[in-house]
Amino acid sequence: MNALKLYGHYVSILIRSQLQYRASFIMMVLGQAMTTLLYFLSTYFMFSFFGRLGDWTYWEVMLCTSCVHISYPIAECIARGFDSFRGQIRSGGFDTMLVRPRSIFLQIFGSQFAFNRLGRLVQGPIMMGLAVVNSGVVWTAEKSALYALMVLSGIVIFMSVFILGATLCFWTVKSLEVVNCFTDGGRELSQYPFEIYKKPYLVFFTAVIPYACAFYWPLLYLTGRSASPWCWAAPILGMLVMIPACLFFRFGVRHYTSTGS
Amino acid sequence: MKAYFSIFRIRMQEALQYRAAAWAGVTTQFFWGFMLIMIYQAFYESSDRVMPMTFPQLCSYIWMQQAFLILVETWSGRDGELFEKITSGSVAYELCRPLELYQHWFARLLAGRLGGAILRCVPLLVVATILPYPYRLLFPKSIAQLLLFVVSLLVGAMLTVAVSLFTYILTFKTMNSNGVLSVFSALTTLFSGSLVALPFMPEGVQRFAMALPFRYMADLPFRIWNGSIQVLDGLWQLGIGALWLAALWMLGSFFMKRVLRTAIIQGG
Repeated sequence: MNALKLYGHYVSILIRSQLQYRASFIMMVLGQAMTTLLYFLSTYFMFSFFGRLGDWTYWEVMLCTSCVHISYPIAECIARGFDSFRGQIRSGGFDTMLVRPRSIFLQIFGSQFAFNRLGRLVQGPIMMGLAVVNSGVVWTAEKSALYALMVLSGIVIFMSVFILGATLCFWTVKSLEVVNCFTDGGRELSQYPFEIYKKPYLVFFTAVIPYACAFYWPLLYLTGRSASPWCWAAPILGMLVMIPACLFFRFGVRHYTSTGS
Repeated sequence: MKAYFSIFRIRMQEALQYRAAAWAGVTTQFFWGFMLIMIYQAFYESSDRVMPMTFPQLCSYIWMQQAFLILVETWSGRDGELFEKITSGSVAYELCRPLELYQHWFARLLAGRLGGAILRCVPLLVVATILPYPYRLLFPKSIAQLLLFVVSLLVGAMLTVAVSLFTYILTFKTMNSNGVLSVFSALTTLFSGSLVALPFMPEGVQRFAMALPFRYMADLPFRIWNGSIQVLDGLWQLGIGALWLAALWMLGSFFMKRVLRTAIIQGG
């Protein structure tokens, strides 16, 4: 059976098993939808008090906020196996995966599909729709393509950070708080245009963990603030961070000595 | 009564053991605090309005809120063990004890949160004090202010515990803690002033939030600390907070007894 078909099987089993506990599933989805709603509300309150953020209006900022709240839940849903990797190592589940005759990546991706995380995906598209209409952007075919690219790039970059976080588990058995700063924290930071933070942040999040490549630089093109080709190159280049992330993970696997189970 | 105090003391000592975890947790709080400050600063610079809090006051608010997060957030102070006991049925052992479950768990949860807070606040507050102005943590100007702060923080912590106990009570019915916890967490976080400080909310929402018990968890103590609420105002607001505490305690006790009467232990 080829890898993609096997992954499909994994996902279908995981979804069906989660749907068995229907009430609890619904409640989790509701809980998360509520949490995201409140995040959006708090941004709305801030804008209704202050009026503007720098020279950005509420709907312009919503363009990237909604983008983040679509990319992150999808990335989290797919890469949940990496997010909870520490548990796999502790329980010895990872050792079991190593013994199987299939790709380690496939197995970790297939180990968890956090379907209920998609509860966070309710608000994002709604806000995106509203932002698209209200932001004053003149939507051409190419701008729409760039916007879609932002979402895709965001998904890939978030997943890379999850994989990176999982790799660190090979060397410290505890899950590092630092990783959390870059996943949850990164998501929070990306909600606003990166230029409002101090310069070093923009540099770091463009060159090292390229959230700005996905959510900020293309946004400049969409809102007419910049016409530089970098706005197009950034999200594409940002996605390349997946390569070192995977290589680093491979490196970790090779040097892994089990702690027993 | 003595029994509940003992439980409190024991659990407190337990919580104080987790030093490594506390120090590790500081990084996240520091990151978060700094991020919030940057966002607020950008907003402050965009507007000519008269602000309900000066920027230095706001920074103090944010640092205090991050340092004492475990006293305010339903989610982070949750006791996974208790949820586990409910869903697995081992809560039956708790019920065999000559203690009222509500009071027992109240003491335990409060101790867990206070112990955690004592550990976590110190490193963060120390670092926040040595930051450059205006980001630095500022201290109250009078003893009265400081005392009022401490009392209001304790009342706030007890309110958080009282509210969180409803999530445990509901778990008896729903058998799954996550959904209930998420909803409660979201609501309390917003209305306690932990996401957006209450003075920055729109008029109507603010008035609504002021009428709820959640504001006494974060909004009141931290605004007393940074001077945004005067001591005399703070005093009578604290009184209302205490009334809310009494009300939630009685309601919680009542519902706990009720839910226990109909609880079915599914083995364990």
